[in-house]
Amino acid sequence: MPPFDVKPSPNPDTVHKAITFDDVSLSFEDLNVLEHVSFELKRGETKVMLGVAGSGKSTILKLCLGLIRPDSGHIYALGHDVTAMTEEELFDLRSQVGIVFQESALFDSLTVRDNVAFRLMEEKLPEKEVEARVREALRFVELEHTVDMFPASLSGGMRRRVGIARAVITHPEILLYDSPTGGLDPITSTTIIELIMKQRDVAKTSALLVSHRLQDGFMLASHYYDSKTNTMQPVNGKPHDVHTSFMILRNGGIIFDGTSHDLSQIEDPYIKEYIS
Amino acid sequence: MHWLCYIEVGMELTTPADILKRSLLSVQEYTLLSVRSITNIFAHPRYLADTIRQADLIGFGSLPIVVLTGTFTGMVLALNYSPTLERFGSIALTGQLVSLSMVRELGPVLTSLMVAGRNASGMASELGSMKVTEQIDAMRALGTDPYKKLITPRVIATVFMLFFLTILSDLVGLVGGYIIAYFKLGIDTFQYWNSAYQQLTYNDVITGLIKPIFFGFIISTVGCYYGINTKGGTQGVGRSTTQAVVAASVLILAVDVVLTQLLLELR
Repeated sequence: MPPFDVKPSPNPDTVHKAITFDDVSLSFEDLNVLEHVSFELKRGETKVMLGVAGSGKSTILKLCLGLIRPDSGHIYALGHDVTAMTEEELFDLRSQVGIVFQESALFDSLTVRDNVAFRLMEEKLPEKEVEARVREALRFVELEHTVDMFPASLSGGMRRRVGIARAVITHPEILLYDSPTGGLDPITSTTIIELIMKQRDVAKTSALLVSHRLQDGFMLASHYYDSKTNTMQPVNGKPHDVHTSFMILRNGGIIFDGTSHDLSQIEDPYIKEYIS
Repeated sequence: MHWLCYIEVGMELTTPADILKRSLLSVQEYTLLSVRSITNIFAHPRYLADTIRQADLIGFGSLPIVVLTGTFTGMVLALNYSPTLERFGSIALTGQLVSLSMVRELGPVLTSLMVAGRNASGMASELGSMKVTEQIDAMRALGTDPYKKLITPRVIATVFMLFFLTILSDLVGLVGGYIIAYFKLGIDTFQYWNSAYQQLTYNDVITGLIKPIFFGFIISTVGCYYGINTKGGTQGVGRSTTQAVVAASVLILAVDVVLTQLLLELR
C-alpha cells in the first residue's frame, strides 16, 4: 500500500465521512452545472446517483477527485479538503480513491497488464509484487486470461471490468463508478453490478455510482454478495445491511437523497415518473 | 448589444471582447504549459524510457523525410544560383552560397517545418485522442501528472533530435548541391567543398544550431498544447491536428525572423 501523505490536515467534521459536498456550485461559461449541492457519503456506503443526462452526475465524480474545481463550496474526501489542495497533493490523495470511467478510459497503447499495473509501476514497486497484484485484480474481475491483450481487442463489458481492476488494484477506500453499465447488454450489466456488489460487501469500500439504469440501483439495494457461493443473493428479509442509498439530481441540484424505502414512498411527481 | 457587435463563430454568437478574452486565455495556457514543460525537467519523477521512445519516434522516424528534403533543397539551390553566378563568372562560389543558405537558414527552417508537419500533428492527434477518451483524466486520477509523463518527454526529445536532424539536413543539402555542382556545372570536388567550408563563419554555424533548439521547443509545445486542449470528440481531434501544424509552422517562421535579426547583431 503506498504511503498516504498529504499536507492539509483532515477536517475533524468530515474525517468520518468518505465524501462530503458542502454547498458546491459549478458553472461552465453561462451554464450552471451544479447549484449549492450538499451531501455526504458515509464510510462503507454505496450511493447510487440517478438523473437525466446533463444533470451533473459525472461532474460530481470528477469534483471528488479534484479533476475539476468548483466555483464555490468545499469538497472533502476522507476528511481532506480537495478544493484547497494543489495538484501535487491531490496525486497522493488519489491513491485512496479509484475511478471507473464511463468508456473505461483504458490506455490504448498499453496491454491489459500495464493498464491495471499503471499506478503500481509509477510507484516503482518490485516487479514480483506488481505481477501478483495484477493477477489478483484481474482474478477479481475474472479476466486473468486477458493479461497480454490490448484494450482494442476486448469487448465493451471486458473493458469496463479491466477498468474496475485498475481502480481496485490499490485497494482504495472510495470507488467512483461513472455509468459502469452504460451501453452494455443486460447480462454483462448484471456481471458488472455483481462486481460492484462484491467490492461493496467483501472489501467494504465506499462508493458513488452514477447510473442511468434504475435497475442497477435497485439490484444493489436488494441483493448482497455471498462470498461462500460467490454469487449475489436477494436480501429478502435476511439480516444483511446493503449500505446502499439513492440520490437523484435535476438541473444541477439534488431533489432526492435517501434509502430505497424512502424512494418508494416519495410523492414528488417528477421522481415518481422517473422511477416508474 | 447591437447586432453588429456580434461575430458568428461556428454555431454560436461571440462578441469581439469574447474572442480577445479567449485569445489571451490561450496565450496564458500555452505559456503555462511551456513553463511547466521546462520546470518538470528538474522535478521527479523523470520518464527516461518515455523520452527515449519519443526520441526514436521523432528523430529516427523523421530521418527519411529530412534526408530527402535536405538533399533536394541543396540541389535546387545549386541549380538556382548557377545561372546568376555564371553571368558574373563566379560559378566556383556555388559551394559557398549553398552552404551559407543551408546552414544559416534553409537547413533549420525546412527541417523544422517538415518535423512540424510530421510530429506536431502526431502529438496533437495522439494527446487529443487521449483527451477525448478521458485517458488524460484517467492518468491524473491514477496519480500521474500528464505534463510530466506526456509533455516533458516530447519536448526534450524534439529539441534534442531536431538539433541533430538539422545538422544532418545541412550535410545532405551540401551533398545535394555537390551532386549538381559536379555533374551538371562541372565544378571540381575540392573547389566546391573548399568554398563551402572556407566561407562559413562561427556565427553562421551558431545561428544554424541555435535555431533548431527554439524550433524544436515550438513544435513540441504547440503540438502538445493543441492535443491536451482538444474538445469535441473525433472532429475536435482533427481540428487540433490541423491547428497544431498551422500554428507551429507560422510560429517557426515568425521566430526565425526575430532570431535571424538578433543573431546578425551578434556578428
